[in-house]
Amino acid sequence: MNLNILWFILIGVLFVGYFFLEGFDYGVGMIYQFLGHSDTERRVALNAIGPTWGANEVWLITAGGAIFAAFPQWYASLFSGFYLALVLMLLGLIARGVALEYRSRHDKPGWRRVWDWALTIGSFIPALLWGVAVANLVRGVPINGQMNFTGNLLTLLNPYALWSGLTMVIIFIAHGAYFLNMKTGGMMSYRAKQLVKPMGYIGTFMVLVLLVWSSTLNDLRLGAVPAAVGLIALILIASAVLAEGRNRARTAFFMHGIGIASLTVSFFVALFPRVMISSLNPHWSLTIYNAASNEYTLHVMTIVALTMVPIVLAYQIWTYWIFRRRVGTKTPMEY
Amino acid sequence: MSQLGLARLQFGITTIYHFFFAPVTIGMAVLLAILESMYVATGNEEYKALTKFWGKLFLINFTVGVVTGILQEFQFGLDWANYSRFVGDIFGAPLAIEALAAFFLESTFIGIWQFGWEQVSKKVHLIAIWMVALGTTLSGFWILTANSFMQEPVGYMLVHGKAEMNSFGDLLTNPQLWVEFPHTITAAYLTASVFMLAISAYQILHKRNPELFKKTFKLAAVAVLITGVAVAAIGDQQATHLVTAQPMKMAAAEAIWHNTSDHAPWTVIGVVDSKTHQIKDAVQVPDMLSILAYKRLSGSLQGINTLQAQDVSKYGAGNYVPPVAPTFYAFRVMILMGVLMVLAGLWATIRIKGEKFLKNPRMLKLLIWTLPMPYIANAAGWIMTEVGRQPWVVYGLLSTAKGVSPAQTVPALDIWTSLVLFSAIYTALAVAAVFLFKKYTDLGATPARAPVEGEGDGYLHVI
Repeated sequence: MNLNILWFILIGVLFVGYFFLEGFDYGVGMIYQFLGHSDTERRVALNAIGPTWGANEVWLITAGGAIFAAFPQWYASLFSGFYLALVLMLLGLIARGVALEYRSRHDKPGWRRVWDWALTIGSFIPALLWGVAVANLVRGVPINGQMNFTGNLLTLLNPYALWSGLTMVIIFIAHGAYFLNMKTGGMMSYRAKQLVKPMGYIGTFMVLVLLVWSSTLNDLRLGAVPAAVGLIALILIASAVLAEGRNRARTAFFMHGIGIASLTVSFFVALFPRVMISSLNPHWSLTIYNAASNEYTLHVMTIVALTMVPIVLAYQIWTYWIFRRRVGTKTPMEY
Repeated sequence: MSQLGLARLQFGITTIYHFFFAPVTIGMAVLLAILESMYVATGNEEYKALTKFWGKLFLINFTVGVVTGILQEFQFGLDWANYSRFVGDIFGAPLAIEALAAFFLESTFIGIWQFGWEQVSKKVHLIAIWMVALGTTLSGFWILTANSFMQEPVGYMLVHGKAEMNSFGDLLTNPQLWVEFPHTITAAYLTASVFMLAISAYQILHKRNPELFKKTFKLAAVAVLITGVAVAAIGDQQATHLVTAQPMKMAAAEAIWHNTSDHAPWTVIGVVDSKTHQIKDAVQVPDMLSILAYKRLSGSLQGINTLQAQDVSKYGAGNYVPPVAPTFYAFRVMILMGVLMVLAGLWATIRIKGEKFLKNPRMLKLLIWTLPMPYIANAAGWIMTEVGRQPWVVYGLLSTAKGVSPAQTVPALDIWTSLVLFSAIYTALAVAAVFLFKKYTDLGATPARAPVEGEGDGYLHVI
């Protein structure tokens, strides 16, 4: 295995981490104000993600940095090409991050309402747009011989990509519901549990359609491996609902999370060895070779990553251990 | 405005805005760590109350720094795709390392610190804030490693018209980095120290628990003095380095078009006239520029016109002169603010003896006015650094005009749209942040038990 492949895998891992971890944060952000009928209940949901959401988001920042370092041509083509979509996503992330910290720092109802919506919309937008972006990566977008995107925002908003975006929204909502059911107590946990079943079934259906639709794409060599991984994702997402029915909140959450991870992996496998597919000419596609940094940079970055990643994982897991208890209305809370 | 102009405006606005918040984060993390260390060492509840008070202001600030930082990570790709293609091989590495080694550290441990007062032991809690301090300072190091490459490219080779890294060690030992990083990081410590000094003065003046806030007044006064002097001393080294590394920026910062004599005077202030290549109504100190530039009594500096001719023979026809007036004025604004802050720190430190500052309302009032100074100085410093490097985005290697995203991919209208949206949300954030700073400053700090807020079912308390 060469370093280009290693970095493709590493970036895939970073996205898996990001979708798994921020997936439930986004889900919680989208549903907490509807599940929480009082301010206390809403705060319970926010305290459940409070200590860890920031580090979860760094998975995305690191993925962005890793793409820049290892595949600068991918970084340049992707973010200049998906310009307005990325701008919208950044606005969502900004609104959401500030909402999480500012919402409860003032107790006027108007102030809280504004930040509640900033958090909900700010969680919805990135979920939707990542679904749209990933779908466009595998579907192919107009990229010319100079690796530059020649479409516009509407190019990205095709039915397949929009379906993928909505699928992402639904499975993140489900992921957030599994999380709240597992992590909180009282009414918040109960209402989250009620949401799990419909969202789980809708999510399963949407993922099924997405996978079938993906297999019809011309350029997508949806071979045995991505299909198999996609199938695993489907089975996990579907059976998580059943586990939930048997009151195994933790098992259900992890099954659903691994389902999301498998879905992410299946897209990366389908993409390999390309990173962005040109719909104009297959030869103009960006690959892990023509988009990459030189051997030396990859070598340096590999040493850095192999040293840092285990350390980061260790202390991040430790944080989850510290905050492992269920959060209820009687837990001392941080505002 | 042209697509290039818009892209530059966008980068300037978003980066300067981000840098209103980042230095307070970097510096305040260290000050908080010191306060909490005092608490753990002495067991004195007053230090805990102070840690929590400053911690709240820190968190209000930290959040905006973080979310505006996300944009920083991606905006090289947004508006500067060609730049990213050209330097990504080198520039992406420190950015990725920043995320891996610094952002994870600060974001994980700030979670433990903010939510873990009751969950972890005192010692672990203290370690958490020190880890945040380490993370924020490291983050400064890695982003400045990237910026230093733009000022002084090292450790690269040109392959097929792109810069590729050939020595990571050179990147880390870049002479520019080792003047720029200490200068910027001490400036960040200074910013937070002034923040703490001004707000402590405000609290004492308004009789909000002066016995408590005199502690942070003293800490901040000494910190302002020490870091202020350090910023100036390192800044002086940086200017000396500039004379050889980027002579054109130096010439622009001093608005000297013609080579100076061996005894170059330093212009304290004057009116730059870019048409006649002169400084009108200049107030000058004889020999001072030679001394500043070379650390000896004589030595001439090359003027803009000479350097322009040199650059033409080196890089081909073109205009290699940065906007002189903004560079010149920004440099002076930065120095003026720096001098005022050092004086304020000195004055406050002298008055610590016998706690004379407690009974000096005029002094306290004046010290409140130091609050905007570090912000102005930081912005001016970056304007000088980045405007003074023009027309280059990577000095001597890539012009700014060639770094922008292709207009077909990113049309001016798209940049307009994002500029309006980002400006709107940034303005809203500034209003919200200032509102909360004011609110939590006025709430003050109370040692021992935190008050229980009579809201909802009464289980929640604001900590």
